[in-house]
Amino acid sequence: MRIEDHPILGPAKGEATIEIEVDGRKIPAVPGEMISSALIAAGIKVFRRTHGKGEARGYFCGIGQCTDCMMTVDNMPSIRTCITPVKDGMKIKTQSGHGKWEV
Amino acid sequence: MLTTDVAVVGAGPAGLLAAVDAAKAGAKTMLINEYIEPGGQLTKQIHKFFGSEEHKAGIRGIDIAAKLFKEIDELKVDKRMATVVWSIFHSNILGIAHDGKSEMLRAHKIILATGASENAFAFPGWTLPGVMGAGAAQTLINLQRVLPGQRVLMVGAGNVGLIVAYQLLQAGAEVVAVLDALPYIGGYSVHSAKIARDGVPIWTSHTVKKAHGRESVEGATVVKVDKQWELIPGTERELEVDTICIAVGLTPLTELAWLAKCKFTWVPALGGYVPLYDDKMETTVKGLYVAGDCAGIEEASTAMEEGRIAAISAVESLGLITQQRAYALRAAAYERVKEFRIGPFGEMRDQGKRFIWREREKYEGRV
Repeated sequence: MRIEDHPILGPAKGEATIEIEVDGRKIPAVPGEMISSALIAAGIKVFRRTHGKGEARGYFCGIGQCTDCMMTVDNMPSIRTCITPVKDGMKIKTQSGHGKWEV
Repeated sequence: MLTTDVAVVGAGPAGLLAAVDAAKAGAKTMLINEYIEPGGQLTKQIHKFFGSEEHKAGIRGIDIAAKLFKEIDELKVDKRMATVVWSIFHSNILGIAHDGKSEMLRAHKIILATGASENAFAFPGWTLPGVMGAGAAQTLINLQRVLPGQRVLMVGAGNVGLIVAYQLLQAGAEVVAVLDALPYIGGYSVHSAKIARDGVPIWTSHTVKKAHGRESVEGATVVKVDKQWELIPGTERELEVDTICIAVGLTPLTELAWLAKCKFTWVPALGGYVPLYDDKMETTVKGLYVAGDCAGIEEASTAMEEGRIAAISAVESLGLITQQRAYALRAAAYERVKEFRIGPFGEMRDQGKRFIWREREKYEGRV
């Protein structure tokens, strides 16, 4: 859920004027925000499945350190979604294991 | 190959001040940062800082950051954002990458201000989406303006846990409880009082036994612990939460200092392994300085002063300011830092810093 108004920070600066595609589903995004933020705002929490057991993983450290939030972005696997900004029309896929290089 | 007088790695509080002071002294300065925008944790800190006027007390982190960004621009610091430093060679060459392209950068002096990462805390279910660092939740709510969930359990009642719990309330989430395995609240009472006023229970001598959920967090079992931190059977409680935040300390991010072959020592009060350095913040590798959390976990106020000390020493070494001037500026910075290195926690960190200086002197004696 987006925080539209905030007692200290005031109203949200950006509006969700662009769209990204996640596993074929279109979701709104705010220009400049990180991919992970658009996903969480849309209620998507599972970003990746582990190589061995296929367990769900998601947003964890938020600063590009833990690599738990990696997804396949525009056919590039293992993109850290917490430090990668959205772009209009970006195609994002839930990644399994190390993902596949499709460039 | 790119060249610069001073390369600052990390644009958080330490790095920003280092870049400002280096550029002010006339050094050609490059500020490199992995995130797309500078500020580090400052841009997430919507609370007011402590200390006296000269420590920017009473000002919110976000406003301190805004002022520093202006200075950086006015001083024409070469800002390289969304740029990763992927290695360090021969102690003065950095491998940097931006937008998929790599370049080499030769810097006469390098200041590492890479900050820290949050400690993880493993319990059954801790890998479920919905379990995240408290700082990660803070990034989401204050920088990205997105709520991680509706009902949050905060694990850790130190300052980070307490402050982020309050900021989650401000952002509109419900904080179900704040736990700490210690028998007391570790953070300042000014922070615990704020969340207590809002009716958030703080359970000391408690920990998480398990996070439940199939694809993401749907609940948590919390349990009492005894003085040996053993779980006490029969004291379990079920909580309906969709988010579990972990606030159990920080670890210095020191990869580049390791790669540069700096000597390290172990200082628990400062978060673990830290490079050896002297009172100029210079490591055992000549021309390589550290500042802020990567030199030992403290706070933004001390990080800014360390950034200044490192920059002053670097420009002194470059011959841009006199020894006397550098000495006076460092003395003034240490005077300002003093206030933050007293009290039960501050004292431990102060001793940690002095231990590092002594260890470095010992090392110098050996080589």
